[in-house]
Amino acid sequence: MNKQMSLQEIVGQLRDGMTIGIGGWGPRRKPMALIRAILNSDLKDLTIVAYGGADVGMLCAAGKVRKLVFAFVSLDFIPLEPYFRAARQSGNLEVMEIDEGMMLLGLRAAAWGCPFIPTKVGLGTDVIKFNPDIKVIDSPYDDKEWVAMPALKLDVALVHVNRADVRGVCQITAPDHHMDDWFVRAADKTFVTSEEIVEAEAFADPAQARLVFWERNYTTGVALVPGGAHPSSCSPDYGFDIPHFQEYNASAKEGGFAAYFDKYIKGSSEDEYQAKVGGLDAIRKLPQPVY
Amino acid sequence: MSTPASDYSLAELMICANAAAYERDGEVLVTGIGVLQRIAASLAMLTTNPGIMMTDSEAWILSTPNPVGKRPDDFVQMNENWMGFSRIFDNVWSGRRHLTGGPTQIDRFGQANISAMGGDYQKPKVQMLGVRGFPGNSICHANSYMVPAHGPRVFIEGECDVVCTIGFNPDRLPKGYSFDEIDLRCVYTNLGVFDFNGPNHQMQIVSLHPGVTVDEVVANTGFEVHVPDTIATTAAPTEEQLAVIRQIDPHNLRSKQLKDNPAGVRA
Repeated sequence: MNKQMSLQEIVGQLRDGMTIGIGGWGPRRKPMALIRAILNSDLKDLTIVAYGGADVGMLCAAGKVRKLVFAFVSLDFIPLEPYFRAARQSGNLEVMEIDEGMMLLGLRAAAWGCPFIPTKVGLGTDVIKFNPDIKVIDSPYDDKEWVAMPALKLDVALVHVNRADVRGVCQITAPDHHMDDWFVRAADKTFVTSEEIVEAEAFADPAQARLVFWERNYTTGVALVPGGAHPSSCSPDYGFDIPHFQEYNASAKEGGFAAYFDKYIKGSSEDEYQAKVGGLDAIRKLPQPVY
Repeated sequence: MSTPASDYSLAELMICANAAAYERDGEVLVTGIGVLQRIAASLAMLTTNPGIMMTDSEAWILSTPNPVGKRPDDFVQMNENWMGFSRIFDNVWSGRRHLTGGPTQIDRFGQANISAMGGDYQKPKVQMLGVRGFPGNSICHANSYMVPAHGPRVFIEGECDVVCTIGFNPDRLPKGYSFDEIDLRCVYTNLGVFDFNGPNHQMQIVSLHPGVTVDEVVANTGFEVHVPDTIATTAAPTEEQLAVIRQIDPHNLRSKQLKDNPAGVRA
């Protein structure tokens, strides 16, 4: 069994109009090499579900997004993501804005084959007012009303991990695997980029096997892309690239996304991109963030 | 045992006021979103309520809070258990949490906004963060807020442009709920301490910082504030509290949170 694929082969599996979930959280462990490959493709009309960072900002800026399902889009140390902001303020982005936990419930409902999961989260707020598709229902067990958080069924999940084997056993050694396991379980297909491809024996130690958060029968394909989360972090391998994010953020005020895209991404392979940002060794030396 | 300080900053006064919020909370997860809020949570954990749990903002619950800002290379944080983001919901939806956030707008119903402002929802004038976890926080556990610049653009006349939290708006009360289930505690501003325990959950003055007048509060709040018969002066920090604050915040980041870092007692 060998699920290894190239970035190009993965993007070749994606279609216009798909609903795509993206793992990671804000500026942390985003599958950015795959995002760059999508930016260099003709894909369009995507519905994106994410705890968003520059992945969402870039896809919005490039006009790839028809609809965004989000709770926030932020680079943390730069609280407001510039291109997500511009997209919202242009009035041209269809959104489903929900609580962080509602997104988790929607992914779980999809993973479990349920049409919805009841929750009190969202009651009394504009989340239910601005999302007429999210229904509030009576309970068969008490006299309260409940938000019926609908399943967020994904066509595809894209995630970045620290280690994987060619069969699709994926390990996240970072302190938090975020909601990646739920994105994976909510999706028909999951494509993974990994810092390292290892032999199956690497997971034999129980302490290592505990850092595998979904089973390999969810993993459709794996691409070896060390440094592939840049400029987001991939703890413990590297931190996020603060100067690069600052340049990205500044580009929104001067030059626009086209300038950033032309300089770093347009027509570039991942190796060429990494050479432009200082090379893999430099990425691997990016310091861990201090919270 | 405790020595009231004579020389302290307004930021330090606000930290100590916010820390007092947690004294009787028992064993809850306390989250202070923002530098002053985090110092306040740490201060409470190290002094008045050792039952408090805090995270490292990444993935671990700490048995001792991390100092804010850059830490020495040999610093070892005191992890107590893993607490990734998905597990945070498992814990806090039980109600065992008290959060102090820093919203951009607060309205007369105690509803808060961190999502977007102006224009209309489809085309906001200023897009901010998004609702984040505010809807769930507001209906599941205790919440307080900190406002560094008390003014009518924060305490707005109408409803929040995006209502991110459940508050005391009768038109939005869900079926089967009562306002008793909404645990909105206090708002800590550069002018004073407020709560929503006035008549019909109106925001009222709990205490004013030294030298602040009722008129100043009224003029800087976009809606009517309840003025009770007796209003306390916010308690000064103690020397002991200031010493702990200096340990929590060795780089004095607290001095950069309020414009011009004003003194706690106005000149």
